[in-house]
Amino acid sequence: MSRAETAALIDDLLAGKHRALARVISKIENRAPGYRELVSELHEHTGNATIVGVTGSPGAGKSTLVDKMAETYRERGETVGVIAIDPSSPFSGGAVLGDRIRMASNVGDMDVFFRSMSARGTLGGLSTATTDAVKALDAFGKDRIIIETVGAGQNEVDIVGTADTVAVLVPPSSGDDVQMLKAGILEIADVFVVNKADLDGADRTVKELKEMVHMRDASPLAGTAGHHGADAGPDDDPTGGVDDEDDGWTPPIVETVAKRGDGVEEFLGTLHDHREWLASSGELESRRRERYAEEIRRLLREEAADLVRTEVDTRGGLDAYVDAVVAKETDPYAVAEEVIAPIRDRIEEQR
Amino acid sequence: MSTQDPEERTVRCLVAKVGLDGHDRGAHVIARAFRDAGFEVIYSGLHKSPDEIVQAAVQEDVDVLGISILSGAHNTLVPKIVEGLEQYDAFEDTLILLGGIIPDEDREGLKEMGVGGIFGPGASMEETIEFVRENAPER
Repeated sequence: MSRAETAALIDDLLAGKHRALARVISKIENRAPGYRELVSELHEHTGNATIVGVTGSPGAGKSTLVDKMAETYRERGETVGVIAIDPSSPFSGGAVLGDRIRMASNVGDMDVFFRSMSARGTLGGLSTATTDAVKALDAFGKDRIIIETVGAGQNEVDIVGTADTVAVLVPPSSGDDVQMLKAGILEIADVFVVNKADLDGADRTVKELKEMVHMRDASPLAGTAGHHGADAGPDDDPTGGVDDEDDGWTPPIVETVAKRGDGVEEFLGTLHDHREWLASSGELESRRRERYAEEIRRLLREEAADLVRTEVDTRGGLDAYVDAVVAKETDPYAVAEEVIAPIRDRIEEQR
Repeated sequence: MSTQDPEERTVRCLVAKVGLDGHDRGAHVIARAFRDAGFEVIYSGLHKSPDEIVQAAVQEDVDVLGISILSGAHNTLVPKIVEGLEQYDAFEDTLILLGGIIPDEDREGLKEMGVGGIFGPGASMEETIEFVRENAPER
């Protein structure tokens, strides 16, 4: 893509052309030639949107909730961007992306920009593509950006890590899910949503989550250790939100029935509270800094890896080295040193 | 840099059911076949209006829009979709395919409107996939 084309595409995007926004995201996803320049150009126009990550096990009701969130934001006159990530990755590389079907409340409304993404972007990390796509939506001028994904692995944890606020959806009566949550997603949740709260078992799930959140807070390992003193019972903090004592944040548990739109207003209110807390506590600033730091680290890693890969290729490819190692002519450490040494020497010369 | 060869980029398709007919078996079969061919497929769901199809095609930036119509309303629905795509500058580089029950006498007119290919009953999956590979627009 020529510089003029890049500039034209960016101009169109900033002017509010949906086609340009869609195309920019495609370039980002495909890592098409010139996509870096595009993302670089976008950066200065970002920073105005609030970014919410919605995650949870399959069938928890993520897409339906996101649909209702978007509808409610639109009623308030705000514009919405949604990125729905489907991590299913069959052998063919193809995928059926079905989240769009659930966006029934916002059909025909172009101010809800909904985009499906598949896991094929793993070429450089799906989270990289997501971060960049969020930038495109932000620069386009969306007020609210929602990232929706299955919370089933490190990849997804990374993805929602690009959000300011992370909501974890839990279906009722899913003791197993609560167990799963303990295994990693708990740490990233700013808000828990017990969706399908009209079903049996919802109360139990809410109770389990409360206990879990309380345990986390009470754990001596947690940063907020001990602020729930000896006199504080398990029902000490039933609602969550901003803690009175240390101004920290305890993840609230919100109940919704997304299908009917019940509890969506309250949920958005909680998201708003969290956002306010982020801003007033300085957490927003530090999260954004950490995110940029991580982004720079990731890009450097990718660049360095590409550099080394090219170097290995020009030296005859990895297989030749593997052959030599198998034949005990050399060893992996020696190979790494052989490839890296000239690069390192060259860098030291340049300093 | 690990940029993809543009020749090999993943083909994105929207498989769309438009209008009032509720027969989506064909759409499901084609969606699955496209997936197995390595395409990314977005399925619209049933009973969509032309506006909704246009919105999805534009936002998802699909290379191929496959429309399944078995109700006989193709002469009304297709022009609306073409018009919508034109409004968003998306008509030129989207390959429009039509599937379902399309009488022979209507085919010429639909192709003039901008339909790239028509695949009725009996069309083979291989043929359809091959057509997409060969005709997916250059971008």
